[in-house]
Amino acid sequence: MTTIAEPRSRATRKTSRTNAEMIGWIFMRASGVLLVVLIFGHLITNLITNGGVHAIDFGFVAGKWAAPLWRVWDLLMLWLAMIHGTNGVRTIVNDYAEKTSTRLVLKSILVLAAVVVVVLGTLVIFTFDPCPPGAPADLLPSFCKA
Amino acid sequence: MTATAQAPSQIGEVPTFEVRLKVRRYLPPEPAQPLPYGAPAPQAEAYWEEFTVRVHGTDRVLDALHKVKWEQDGSLTFRRSCAHGVCGSDAMRINGRNRLACKTLLKDLDPTKPITIEPIKGLSVLKDLVVDMEPFFASYREIMPFLVTSGNEPTRERLQSPEQRARYDDTTKCILCACCTSSCPVFWNDGQYFGPAAIVNAHRFIFDSRDSGAAQRLEILNDKEGVWRCRTTFNCTEACPRGIEVTKAIAEVKRAMITRAY
Repeated sequence: MTTIAEPRSRATRKTSRTNAEMIGWIFMRASGVLLVVLIFGHLITNLITNGGVHAIDFGFVAGKWAAPLWRVWDLLMLWLAMIHGTNGVRTIVNDYAEKTSTRLVLKSILVLAAVVVVVLGTLVIFTFDPCPPGAPADLLPSFCKA
Repeated sequence: MTATAQAPSQIGEVPTFEVRLKVRRYLPPEPAQPLPYGAPAPQAEAYWEEFTVRVHGTDRVLDALHKVKWEQDGSLTFRRSCAHGVCGSDAMRINGRNRLACKTLLKDLDPTKPITIEPIKGLSVLKDLVVDMEPFFASYREIMPFLVTSGNEPTRERLQSPEQRARYDDTTKCILCACCTSSCPVFWNDGQYFGPAAIVNAHRFIFDSRDSGAAQRLEILNDKEGVWRCRTTFNCTEACPRGIEVTKAIAEVKRAMITRAY
C-alpha cells in the first residue's frame, strides 16, 4: 500500500536548539574588536618603532619574546585570529556549499588546517630558541657566537 | 454669442506608451497519472517570452500582465488577489528586484527597455510566475504566529498603552508576500533558513506586551537555521513592499536572545 504524504507535512528541519551559534556570533564580534587592537599594536611595534621592518631577525623576535607581555600578546593574537577566521570560513561554507558531503569535506580540511597552525604557532611561541645548536653560523644572529 | 469649448480639454490627460515585458515562463509537463503530493515533478525548461502592450501612464506592472493574459496569451499564469498591495499574492522579481506587481508603476521603470518579470527565487516554480509557497508558510507556522497568554483571562480586554503598541508597530505591517525571504541569499542556498518573514512575525509577538510566549519563540529561533544565519545583507529591508525595517527587526530578536541568555 502506498502511503500518501500529508498535504501539510514538510521536509523535517533537524532542530538544533543549542546556544552554539549564538556563542559563535558573539565571539566573532568580541574577537574582532580585540584583534583590531592586537594587530595594529603588532604592526606598529614590528614595522614602525624599533628600527622598522629591516630590524626583524631571530634576535629581534627573541628579544620581544623575552618579555611575557609579548608572549601573551602574540599567543592571544594567534588563537583569536585563527578561531575568528576559521569560524568565518565555516559560515561561508555553510552558506555556499549545497551538499552535506561537500560541507563535511570542506569543514574537515578547514579544522585540520586551523589545528595545525594553532599547535605549531603555540609551540614556536613557547619553545623559540634564537641559537639552535648545530645550525650553520652564517644563518644565526651575531650574539649566538658567544 | 457665447463661446463654447469645442476642443476636448488637454488637462489631466493620461499619456499612453508601449512597454515590452520579458516574462520568465515555465510549463510543467503533464504527467500521465496524477502524482502524489510532494513527488518530484518531471522537469521542463524555463524560457523567456516577450510581449508588447500599450499601457497608460497610471498603469502598474500587474495591469500590463492582465492585458497580456486577457488579450494576448491566456495561458500566462500568475497569482493576484486584491491587486492593491494588501494581500501579498503578486510578489515577483521585476527588473531583478523583488516587488509587488500591483504596487510597481510602469512609468517608474524604464519603459524604453524590456521589463523583466521572473518568479521569486528560492522557492520551486509551479508554473510561470507561481511558486510553491509551502516551505515559506511552514517556517511561518513554526514560530507560533498567534497570541500566547498565561493566567486568568481578563474580564474585559487586554490593555496596552500606545507606547507598548508602538514597540512592535513596524512588524505588524507584514503581508506575508515572501519578497524578503526570497531575496535573502542565505535562503537561496538550501531553503532551510527560517527566513526574514518568519523572524519578522516572531518579532511582532515577542515584543507584544500582551503576549507571554516570547521565551518559546526565542528558543525556536535560536536554531542552527534561525536568526544566527542572518548575514545582515539588507536585501530583505530593501525588498519589503511595506517598508518594514526587516534587518533591524532581526537584530532586535538577536539582542533579545543575548539578553535572555546572559
